[in-house]
Order: sequence, then structure tokens, then C-alpha cells
Amino acid sequence: MTGHRLTVDPIGCRAHGLCAEALPEAIGLDEWGYPVLANGPVPPGLVAEARRAAAACPALALRLRKVH
Amino acid sequence: MTTVFTPMARTLPSHRQDLAAHERTHGGSPLAAFSGAEGRRRFVAEVGAADLRGRGGAGFPTARKLAAVQGRRAVVVANGCEGDPLSHKDNALLTLAPHLVLDGVQLAAQAVAATEAVLCVHRGSTAIASVLAALAERRDPTPVRVVEIPPRYVASEESALVNYLTTGDARPAGKEPRPAERGVGGRPTLVDNVDTLAQLALVARTGADAYRRSRTDLVTVGGAVRGPGVVEVQAGLPISDLLVRAGGAIEPVQAVLVGGYGGTWLPWAATGTHLGAVPGIASVYVLPVSACGLHFTAKMLAQLAGESARQCGPCMFGLPAIAGDFAALVQGDTDAVARLDRRLPLVTGRGACAHPDGAVRLGATALGVFRDDVTSHVRHRRCLTRARRAA
Repeated sequence: MTGHRLTVDPIGCRAHGLCAEALPEAIGLDEWGYPVLANGPVPPGLVAEARRAAAACPALALRLRKVH
Repeated sequence: MTTVFTPMARTLPSHRQDLAAHERTHGGSPLAAFSGAEGRRRFVAEVGAADLRGRGGAGFPTARKLAAVQGRRAVVVANGCEGDPLSHKDNALLTLAPHLVLDGVQLAAQAVAATEAVLCVHRGSTAIASVLAALAERRDPTPVRVVEIPPRYVASEESALVNYLTTGDARPAGKEPRPAERGVGGRPTLVDNVDTLAQLALVARTGADAYRRSRTDLVTVGGAVRGPGVVEVQAGLPISDLLVRAGGAIEPVQAVLVGGYGGTWLPWAATGTHLGAVPGIASVYVLPVSACGLHFTAKMLAQLAGESARQCGPCMFGLPAIAGDFAALVQGDTDAVARLDRRLPLVTGRGACAHPDGAVRLGATALGVFRDDVTSHVRHRRCLTRARRAA
């Protein structure tokens, strides 16, 4: 089954936190402000917002990838 | 006659072997037997049949790693850094059997069609003299240079080595691109632990079947044993038997730490298991009943936090927080366990390398194995050690 998965580049991430604002359904923040991603693929209904969340990352550390 | 220490001198000799001694023990170079495209394929198949797995801690099948390195001008990186303070096997191997490692380097280089090999050791390593003397004795087809790596814990992680050799920055660079695809200088790169490479040299000489029948492990045994050091034992031996090989315990054993600093605490009752069942490097640290596992773990966690490359948030902030919680727990802080229960599961898998995962494993297994100590520290503000010493 094809789906989408979010990944974060832990070295690139600077804890801006914009991703969690854009996609609170799938991204939380830990106590230091770094994203904690929900397990598994992004629910189909959230893919468009996930794409926006990835685009919102100032560090370009959040990526949405197609998985097969 | 004592039956305590029976070394199975297969990989590790008792004294350093120069080229002549090495060839008397193991025979001449097995390189020619696996030359050409057909020979390379046969070699990788033989390593696969031998079920050889990486001995740097990750345990990944070596044949798959060899097969993944394709393309021109490949590089072989022999990792002899051994950053974990509880492991000395790689240093022992490079010191006593440098030619076995270098045979393995040449075999690996031939198998992946490498044009260059780099042997990495920590800066100031005591094994350098032995390696350089061995290199001077050999006429190898693939040139090998020795590179000294900054002596930091995470500097010898696979991507950190590749990063250092390419850019001079000895920090981990993340899981992608994999070195096999784009490694040193952008070239396809095989990174293998020196112990793994020495095993390649044995597989090439004996064949997979004989290798599997007589397979041994190099294990560092430390802590409360009579003869701490590196022992070579038959693979699959129970952990409790490893202690016997190291001269036996000097006092009753409470628990063992298996797998190095980022390892797993096991209670003494669970040491019937073998090393292969526990993740991490082949290292067993023996904690006597007179020591406090929580104190010990808190100290190690503080060191691991200090060794973070400070690139990834969950590691640079998470490890000091967890180390702080452990120190507070030792002091009897009643909220420390709740904080650890929240923080420990949150860090694993969120760094560019496995450094934070190891620290979490150390902390989480300590809370389980030393739960009576946790109760005593928190509820009674008392370390059980004194009570146990008195008993």
C-alpha cells in the first residue's frame, strides 16, 4: 500500500516548532521543543497539511516522503 | 592444575605475531583464492554461509554489507577506534594479531574492488606501533593508511568516521546517505570493525563450515573478576561462564552490564543467556553486591551525556536531563522516577546515531534490575549497599 511518511532530520532540526502548529494531529513537541512524530504513515486525510507542515520548516528538516 | 583459563588461541595469540609467526599459525595469504569477479562472488557467498555478523556492536550481516558496496574506486574503512571504555578487544587484536586484521582488510578490499583502505584508530592508541610495524612487513595490493581519530565516544560511529575522513568533522552525519552508496569522498565505502575483518581472514582460510563449527568470540570482561581483560571463548557460551574464563568473580555478583556503556543490565540470575542475545559490543562488566548499581549508572549516564556530539536536540538536551534525573534519584528525589518514566521512552530513535538509544537502554534496564535499590533510595533515602555489605 502506498502512503506518506514524515521524517525529521535530527541534525537539521532547530526546534522552531512550526511543524507542530501546522500538524498537531501527527506532531507533538517534547519538553525541549523538538518534534515527536506519530508512528506509522500519515493518514490520507492529513497528507495535504503534512505537506504544508514540511514546507513551513525554516530548517528544511521535516520531510514528507512517499513510501511503498 | 588449574582449569580456569583455557585460551582458544584462534583469533588472539598470547604474544604479538609478526608476519612469519602469523603465517606459521594461519598459513599464507588467502587472497589469491578469491581473485577475479568469480572469486569475489564466491567470497561473499562464503561469508554469508559463515553467518558472520559485524562485531562493532550492530551485528549486521557482513555478507550483505559487502554486497551493498558497488561501483568504482570503493574505499574500505577498518574501524579500530573502540570508543567504549568497557571494550578492549579491538586494541588487543591490533596489538597482538595485526596481520589477521590486515589480511581481512585486503580480502574486503578485493571483494568490493576497493582502491584504497583506511585503518582508523583513536589518536594516541597504543596499537599504532604494532599496526605500522605489520604494514611495513607486507606487500599488499591495496594500499592501507592509518588515520588517527579524535578520541571521542561518538567519533567512531560509522557515519562520523566517514564524515571525518571526508571533511575533518568527526561528528555523526545521520543514517543517509549510507556509506555503501556515498561514503568517504563520495565514494562507495565499506566500514567494518577490525574484529569483523579478522574473522573474514579466518573464514577465507577455513571455509564457512569449519568456521561455524569452531567460531569464537573476543569478549572484554571487567569489574569484579580476578583476571579482567579480553578472553577468547567459544561462541554461544553463557555469560556466567565468561566470568569463569576471566578468573572468576572476586565477590558475590549482583548484576552484569552487557554491551558496553550503552548496554543492558542483567541480574545475576539472567546470566545463563549468551552474548549474542544481547545488543551491543562483546563486553561484560561485573558488578559485585557491595556496589550500588544506581550510583554506577548515574556516573556512566553523566559521561554519556558529556559525550553527545550536541547536534540533535533529543540527545543534547535529553541525555543531560536523564543523567540529572538519575543523580537526583540516587539522592532520594521522590519525583525522579516519574521524570525518567516520561523521558526515557521519548529519546530512543530520535538522534542521527544510536548514542542516545544506548544511554536510554542503560538507564531503563538499570531501573528494572536495581528496583529494590530505587525503592530504598527514594523511600528510605538509603543506599542498599551498606546493608548488603553488612549482611
